Amino acid sequence: MAAAAEASELGLSVTIIDEQPRAGGQIYRDVDKVSPSRAPILGTDYTDGKRLTESLRQSGIEYLPGAVVWAIEDQFRIMYTCEGRGAQIQADRILLATGALERPMPIPGWTLPGVMTAGAGQILLKQSGVVAKKSVLVGSGPLLYLIAAQMVRAGTPPVAMIETQTRSDLGRALWHVGGALRGWRYIMKGLKMLAEITLARVPRYSGASDIAIEGDDAAKAVTFIYKGRERRIDCDIVFLHHGVVPNPQASRSLRISHNWNAAQQSFVPKLDEWGQSDVAGVFIAGDGAGIGGAKAAEQAGRLAVLKIAEDSALLSTQDRDLKAAPLRRELGRELAARPFLDTAYPPYIAALTPDDNTTICRCEEVTAGEIRGYAKLGCLGPNQTKAFGRAGMGPCQGRYCGLTVTALLADANRQSPDETGYYRIRAPLKPVTLGELAAMDDMVQNSAE
Amino acid sequence: MKHVLTFLELESGPRVDVTWDGTALSLPEGSNLAAAMLAAGVGVFRHTPVSKAPRSPFCMMGTCFDCLVEIDGVTRQACMVEVTEGMVISQPQELGGQVNEM
Repeated sequence: MAAAAEASELGLSVTIIDEQPRAGGQIYRDVDKVSPSRAPILGTDYTDGKRLTESLRQSGIEYLPGAVVWAIEDQFRIMYTCEGRGAQIQADRILLATGALERPMPIPGWTLPGVMTAGAGQILLKQSGVVAKKSVLVGSGPLLYLIAAQMVRAGTPPVAMIETQTRSDLGRALWHVGGALRGWRYIMKGLKMLAEITLARVPRYSGASDIAIEGDDAAKAVTFIYKGRERRIDCDIVFLHHGVVPNPQASRSLRISHNWNAAQQSFVPKLDEWGQSDVAGVFIAGDGAGIGGAKAAEQAGRLAVLKIAEDSALLSTQDRDLKAAPLRRELGRELAARPFLDTAYPPYIAALTPDDNTTICRCEEVTAGEIRGYAKLGCLGPNQTKAFGRAGMGPCQGRYCGLTVTALLADANRQSPDETGYYRIRAPLKPVTLGELAAMDDMVQNSAE
Repeated sequence: MKHVLTFLELESGPRVDVTWDGTALSLPEGSNLAAAMLAAGVGVFRHTPVSKAPRSPFCMMGTCFDCLVEIDGVTRQACMVEVTEGMVISQPQELGGQVNEM
């Protein structure tokens, strides 16, 4: 949204193709529609998104809501579905702002009805004003505290928080405290949320291990070990979270190079200082380029647009750099607290390389043990295990098993994640019906972005 | 199908009638279908094609496909659809894995 506004101001012709029916992405989901009673629950970091959605109403921006992109072809023909009809658009350049996904958290019982991502819990609250009555939050990271604080404000605090980070994680994180101080606003917000959670007397079990979800047809309880003792907490809903990772589907489908980022424990696309990938003309901004948060995404989006405007001869190199300097300073401040947060709240190790019996591919119901078995048969990469056992072949196309399969194979074959690689993602990125294809609009529109 | 209310709606607005697996449901007009069904007490949206295990919404952002339902004959992600009057919704009949197999 920030990039589109900047691009329009610089005289570029802009089309936004947004999968959601209303502007806001996941962070500012439905911010224009939120009721006055719910705004204080969600906080000003959320309602601040109105600034961005309003900027879309300026002239020069064509906004296509509810439009699902399912293929991006060379030099760039973008195919999408909108209101039951296929359509296509031609663009000189593309800025991917596809954001993040929850890091897959395969633990025993995570496929049961009633188990959701923490992000899903937050979307329910933001978009629909729907809250869980008897829930447990499981995992680690700032988002877990944010949703807990919002649930407290909504009058439905979680029954408990089962947290996987340990004291030694915090100890290691203190090496990055300098950066954290530069990003002090985030640390202050975190402390304030923790205070709200403590005040509401939500029990917190930090350093929990051996976490499993019980239930036959739905989640009934979470079991875990805390301070050497086995515990069991009854609940109806479980919200899982141990970080977010870039949504790789669009960038992978374009064959952009990705490298393993050890600090973020995920693959990130290879980009230059303007967010341009090694496929010329394709830029990536926001969490899809590596996790940095919503504010950092604005700066990164604007930087990409400055480069696009320069390439389009709408901006001199000198002006580009002049405008970029303050954006880079702001981006640096936004990212300053990341090393502290990444170290203090690492992923739950048991969910990175799960036990043999744990389902890791939700769609095709493949277990971690099966993937290890394929490694013994000589499978080195995820595309081989996909052919052997269908992991990654279901409707989600590996979105919620890809990183796990890479981790399991890397571990079993004693190779790095980079050597092991990731799924080859192909179009269609989202299902498209024959009816939608038949109704495909032949008209090709022109757009600069 | 389970009808235990595990979710709470914080606000109320105009509602419309839809049918879910043959029974009538009254859902908030224009709301997110997956959220509205959860709030109405729908516990299971579909069963997996492999083991017939029950599933319900997991990601709420169009990436996990666990909320697949059939709406007026077309299999769609309930979390990406808004509630409209008279929708006929059911558990998807075809195998979930065939929706987007490649």
